[in-house]
Amino acid sequence: MAGNVATVTRRALLGAPALLLPAAALAAAPERLGFDELYGAWSVTGLRFSDKVKRLDGSSITMRGYMAPPLTAEAIFFVLTREPMALCPFCSSDAEWPPDIVVVYLRRRALPLDPSQRIEVTGRLETGSWTDPESGFVSQLRLRDAAFARG
Amino acid sequence: MRRSLLTALSVTALFAAQAAVAQTIYPVDRAEILAGSRFDLKVEFPGLVARDRASVTVNGRPIAEVFGREAEFIEREDGQPASSIMLRDATLPATGVYTITATDGEHTASVGWQVYAGGQRQARNVILFVGDGMTVANVTAARILSRGIREGRYSGRLTIDDFPQMATVGTSGVDSIATDSANSAAAYNTGHKSGVNALNVYPSRAHNTLEHPRVETLAAYVQRTRGMSVGVVTNTEIQDATPAAVFAHTRRRSDYIPITDQMLASGVDVLMGGGSASFLPQGTPGSRRRDQRNMIDAFRQQGYTFAEDAGSLAEAAAQSGTRRLLGLFTLGNMDGALDRFYLRRGTVERFPHQPDLTEQVRAALQVLERNPAGFYLMVESGTIDKNNHPLDWERSVYDTIMLDNAVRVAQDWARDRNDTMIVVVPDHTHGMAIIGTVDDNRPGEAGRDHVGTYAEAGFPNYPPADARGYPPSVDVSRRLAVFYAAFPDYCETFRPSLTGQRVPAVRQGNVYVANEELCRQAGAQRREGNLPRNEGSGVHAVDDGILRAWGPGSQNFHGFIDNTYVFRGMAEALGLGR
Repeated sequence: MAGNVATVTRRALLGAPALLLPAAALAAAPERLGFDELYGAWSVTGLRFSDKVKRLDGSSITMRGYMAPPLTAEAIFFVLTREPMALCPFCSSDAEWPPDIVVVYLRRRALPLDPSQRIEVTGRLETGSWTDPESGFVSQLRLRDAAFARG
Repeated sequence: MRRSLLTALSVTALFAAQAAVAQTIYPVDRAEILAGSRFDLKVEFPGLVARDRASVTVNGRPIAEVFGREAEFIEREDGQPASSIMLRDATLPATGVYTITATDGEHTASVGWQVYAGGQRQARNVILFVGDGMTVANVTAARILSRGIREGRYSGRLTIDDFPQMATVGTSGVDSIATDSANSAAAYNTGHKSGVNALNVYPSRAHNTLEHPRVETLAAYVQRTRGMSVGVVTNTEIQDATPAAVFAHTRRRSDYIPITDQMLASGVDVLMGGGSASFLPQGTPGSRRRDQRNMIDAFRQQGYTFAEDAGSLAEAAAQSGTRRLLGLFTLGNMDGALDRFYLRRGTVERFPHQPDLTEQVRAALQVLERNPAGFYLMVESGTIDKNNHPLDWERSVYDTIMLDNAVRVAQDWARDRNDTMIVVVPDHTHGMAIIGTVDDNRPGEAGRDHVGTYAEAGFPNYPPADARGYPPSVDVSRRLAVFYAAFPDYCETFRPSLTGQRVPAVRQGNVYVANEELCRQAGAQRREGNLPRNEGSGVHAVDDGILRAWGPGSQNFHGFIDNTYVFRGMAEALGLGR
């Protein structure tokens, strides 16, 4: 259900101008960003954002991934992961998120989705370390004002 | 001797009836304590007690007299209406049987401890290899794949097959018959039983995970009393339960940041594994910290040489001045042998120069042998367990072979020295069994039609092992049929997971359901789980583990032993407590 709401929102945003101004709409279409493209360099002493991420910082982009199970019932964000998260209590802990995650702040609250359902999220890319004031969750990459659809 | 003393400790049976209302005493009844080792004595009263009513005695003498100082009286522990008495860092230098009695004036409770010491020092060094979750089937499959088998005879033996001493190990903790790696590794490193998720503390009622009654580790004891060096080598994150049990104290094993900070304070000389994420300051992408501390820099300032790949590790270890070494080779867990050498999955492309466990052990020995006082080195192949959990037996078996290869490096180093004891032990097992083969050429559509048992099983057709000791492929037409006894809802594919570590189940709301990607594979068979639906993977078995030991002092290991005796056997080999 949440996915449907989000789909409608995204269509309303993206579909309408496309009918009127195809060229402009193409230019404004959110660029796709893959999980493989987040970091340009991986090292034990830290990751570095890719050139593509640096270029798209502040722009609207679309990513495909999976909605990790919510941290808390009240969380106003969710974590987008490359693969469905299958946390096991003794081989992982809440401290063991993979480094290549993206935190998604939705424009409107939505119900959690089946974590095995792939989704497509569109939002404004934000880079840099940031701590969620309510949960204390630290992220490096975020999508703000986001909406998602099954994808 | 050991057994008769334990029997004598049954004083507490007398008090069992009062246990529900009486105070709780830590260390618990029947604790075995190395003479001179430090432990926190804590008494938890069930309600508020006036200070002058509470009393604790050791063999009838007040604790202030026995330990030379007053214990702390906490009227309201954590603000709750319940009083406690705590004496941090207590020691009992004299061996014998001790009865500890606590009273609030109305209720009395009592526990018995045995304080022991080793005899003559037999080993200068002790190397403890932990095959995390290493089950009998892991070792059997490692032998089949690595050495080959024909007409019922193996074409070779694993290194650990020639270890002369063996024992079966009971792994249960104070809270449960089923253990986890923290609890179990705590027993190996302190000789005290602990609880699930707890590292070198007795699980008590304290709210703060770092405030539970602590017990001293072998590492701290030998550093403090013998000037020995200590090394920790793993292929998991260095903060993971088994490596952390060498130096950390917390009720909650997932306290990765406090564990990292305790690691620095512990002064452990050699540290190698994954898990750099908990060392990086918060602003650095990849960091898991909530503060700005750069722990790699903090280690450097304490004199550690830092290595981040196989090349810089070998270089750092070879420098004669290197006495302290921190090697971090991935942000998270390191990749296992199957992915690193053959399939290039996991994080191998991102961290292509991770050392092998054999290289880590070689480097650790090179640094640690520079201390003439000797060393305690713990080496873990933690990825055996990390792969047994998701029912990924091929990966767990490759990492069992990796452990055996690493044991050979240590044994080759120690062979002519006659001063080093090597112990190889799982910390718990999994319900894993080899029951035959899966042959693609057997008739039938379903995967189960291809399973051969008894005479139909024959022998698998893995290619011969390469120079590293691994078959270069697991994707063969007649492979081992391996199944696990405990599982969530999942789809059995009867074939290896070549695209990365198997993900048997995925979370849906509060439960785990079968990963449909596996269900879509040809011949896959849906299996309804036999675990509660909130379990997403296989679980540890309560079955005994098999310990193997070699070298001076190893003769102490035989028959059935409790996991706490792994510590005691090491302490006795090192002649501690005298």
